[in-house]
Amino acid sequence: MNVQRREALKAGGGLGLFGLLAAAGLITPGQARAEWNKSAFDAKTIEETLKALGAGKPENSTDLQLTAPDIAENGAVVPVGVVSTLAGIEAIAILVEKNPNPLAASFLLPAGTEAYVQTRVKMGQTSDVYALVKVGGKFLMTKKEIKVTLGGCGG
Amino acid sequence: MADPMKIRASAKEGVTEVKVLMSHEMETGQRKDSSGNLVPAHFITEVTAEHNGKQVLAAQFGTAISKNPYLAFKFKGGAKGDKLAVSWVDSKGDKRSDEVLIG
Repeated sequence: MNVQRREALKAGGGLGLFGLLAAAGLITPGQARAEWNKSAFDAKTIEETLKALGAGKPENSTDLQLTAPDIAENGAVVPVGVVSTLAGIEAIAILVEKNPNPLAASFLLPAGTEAYVQTRVKMGQTSDVYALVKVGGKFLMTKKEIKVTLGGCGG
Repeated sequence: MADPMKIRASAKEGVTEVKVLMSHEMETGQRKDSSGNLVPAHFITEVTAEHNGKQVLAAQFGTAISKNPYLAFKFKGGAKGDKLAVSWVDSKGDKRSDEVLIG
């Protein structure tokens, strides 16, 4: 009996399992998408979030529309949409100023995808909501105040 | 494995509108249970959509997205019968992919 051969087989078997996990997608090989932007989602203020997103000081723009109700009865489900007439928008982000972490979501739009996204966010209290877009290397934003009558956190 | 997503994709005049409803708790990590312990965060972090294998949207979610997230977007191209696949990954590494034919 060749003991070394046994050990080598065992080690080989272990590696095989690792390869299988990688192949099955449990260990994701970097696809054509960015890592989840932890620093931006963990930021506590609008300024920190903008910095983490590399947006600096975005200009206000009237070519952006934030579609949301003026008053949200239930802060747990606030429909928010961002629409723009500008061409070539590369990314959209939605920020809620007074949430513990302002960044709610960010969207990367490959060429051919329209500047139109809609989702639903949680809001702890009445707050300004910002729509931020990246177009041609520049950042633009617009904001709207949404009044919340019933908070979406804990309660 | 999480519950399936509800996906509607409809092509009209060269633009496909996609509406997705995901089934997920979306715990923020700030809520307390009845005995006062924090409920750990558990939420969808990434959502991607592919039309016939080509990526049409890559989204990153934070904890502020509502429970059972809703997402709608539009892209140019897409015809009836084309495949549209949506996948998500959450903060615990769970994932789910679903596919529909554009109608």
